[in-house]
Amino acid sequence: MELNIIVLAKQVPDTRNVGSQAMNPDGTINRSALPAIFNPEDLNALEQALIIKEKNPGSRITLLTMGPARAADILREGLYRGADAGILLTDRAFAGADTLATSYALTSAIRKIGKFDIILCGRQAIDGDTAQVGPQVAQQLNLPQVTYTRRIVDFDGEKITIERSIENGVEVVEAPLPLLLTVDGAAAPCRPRNAYRLLRFQRAATPSEQAADGYRYAEKAAADSNLTLQEWNLAFVGGDASRCGLSGSPTKVKKVDNVIFQAKESKRFTADDEQIKELVAELLANHTIG
Amino acid sequence: MDNILVYCELDGSRVAEVSLELLSKGRELADTLGVSLEAVALGENLASVAEQVFPYGVDKLHLFDDARLSPYTTLPHASALEKFITEEKPQIFLLGATVIGRDLGPRVSSALGSGLTADCTSLEIGDYEDKKRGETVENLLYQIRPAFGGNIVATIVNPYNRPQMATVREGVMPRNIVRSADYVGEIVQHNVADYVSETDFVVRIVERHLQPAENNLKNAPIVVAGGYGMGSKENFDLLFTLAHELHGEVGATRAAVDAGFTTHDRQIGQTGLTVRPKVYFACGISGQVQHIAGMQESGIIISINSDPNAPINAIADYVITGRVEDVLPKLISHYQKKS
Repeated sequence: MELNIIVLAKQVPDTRNVGSQAMNPDGTINRSALPAIFNPEDLNALEQALIIKEKNPGSRITLLTMGPARAADILREGLYRGADAGILLTDRAFAGADTLATSYALTSAIRKIGKFDIILCGRQAIDGDTAQVGPQVAQQLNLPQVTYTRRIVDFDGEKITIERSIENGVEVVEAPLPLLLTVDGAAAPCRPRNAYRLLRFQRAATPSEQAADGYRYAEKAAADSNLTLQEWNLAFVGGDASRCGLSGSPTKVKKVDNVIFQAKESKRFTADDEQIKELVAELLANHTIG
Repeated sequence: MDNILVYCELDGSRVAEVSLELLSKGRELADTLGVSLEAVALGENLASVAEQVFPYGVDKLHLFDDARLSPYTTLPHASALEKFITEEKPQIFLLGATVIGRDLGPRVSSALGSGLTADCTSLEIGDYEDKKRGETVENLLYQIRPAFGGNIVATIVNPYNRPQMATVREGVMPRNIVRSADYVGEIVQHNVADYVSETDFVVRIVERHLQPAENNLKNAPIVVAGGYGMGSKENFDLLFTLAHELHGEVGATRAAVDAGFTTHDRQIGQTGLTVRPKVYFACGISGQVQHIAGMQESGIIISINSDPNAPINAIADYVITGRVEDVLPKLISHYQKKS
């Protein structure tokens, strides 16, 4: 059965490795020092889409991301790994969106895409760790959702069977299509780039990127429509501006504090045997251990 | 109307610990605002829920008792809550940041068009000055959470949409019994069929495998935790020896779990467990904020690290500078000799 699969992905700063080079002297974060990456669990979601496609030849995977112009990088990354098409949803009107406004914008774009059987996305993105956008998109499209997906066990042409994580265990559920799945990091990792696809898609670009590049690869782009990444704005998807971006966000950031830990006066020891002996004696004497 | 509502997550008919923690915080917020604390539970055989939640000061308990609501599936719980909240109009709605709360919360908030803040570590009441509108909104819920991988802490407010919704991680807020054993609040039984339709049951649970937690990390008085600096699985296993001697439990950083030194259920930090043991051994742990967020409330912190300037040392009571593979065996043998 040929399925239309949409994978939602986000480009995120790599918050997992905030080293000293990424911290400003005043304790704030220098975001530009962090590499922008394909959100890790969105890659797990892409892999699940690729597995479904392998089992259902003729299926089509569309990667959709909302973000600034540079987020086209993750669309290319997705194409290298096996996605069929990429759409960048980008507009100043989307800036400052909380999860509700983000899910509204994505929902508008998904309606514009029109046909879909399965929507997949990562459980959460590592810059916010909220895990909200998936369920909110499902709600707005009136779709059932299955979160914390570890594995798609089976699709029999009608019902899909999914293994998901729950608190202290796993659960297997069965649902009809269409539906939305969020995939967690316990799922299979995404396959690497395919060399052939890398050669084919490295010149894939959005119209803005093509213009910025002086249409250097116009001939190539004219010959292969897959080399033009879709670039959609708010007017194109027909969304309501008042529900987008900062103005469409019910939650507001009141303030942001840097994390400062109360430094303690610590007692120092070395790895010397006598020192460890002394430490153990002290910990026993003050009833810390024992 | 305008009350504080807490979603009581159920494991069978036992109310989850995180829900009791939320009720404790909810009671405090309700007293600050001068409103009632209400709880809602959806499931099957809910007779024992009342005695579990009333000691925490619940004024009114709403029950949706129906075999089809247990075990939890998304759509029936979401539909019932959407309609119930629309009728009841609480000003604040709190859920645990568990698999269930993080599945249900966003669905309900989207249906209600209200805001939701995930994984809060603190909740307070305060005012918000809206500079754009030139007005101050009073008595809002400050939803305080780590963001950006735990590197910053953000205070989020939801000035105009109701309810103000937040999920809170387990173990972050203390439980607090405030009523005597004979206290009984009001109980309201709701007719589930008025709130849930047949079409909400499209996702069917085929199988469930529950594994009781293999460790007691959440409640262990002594935690021996290791980071990427343990270097290998063999070295990491030294932590189990020390933990065994001290009758403690072994924890780990995300980096140690990612490196395959131990299992995910031992991860401590912003995306793992929050622990507050009496004693915390941090072995080969540099001290990234995302890890510290899950253990900073520990009583005594003992750091073992080859780097004398490891960030974790700043919050440690005892710092041993040395290689973990040298220090740990000495620590174990001296402890065995002394005790």
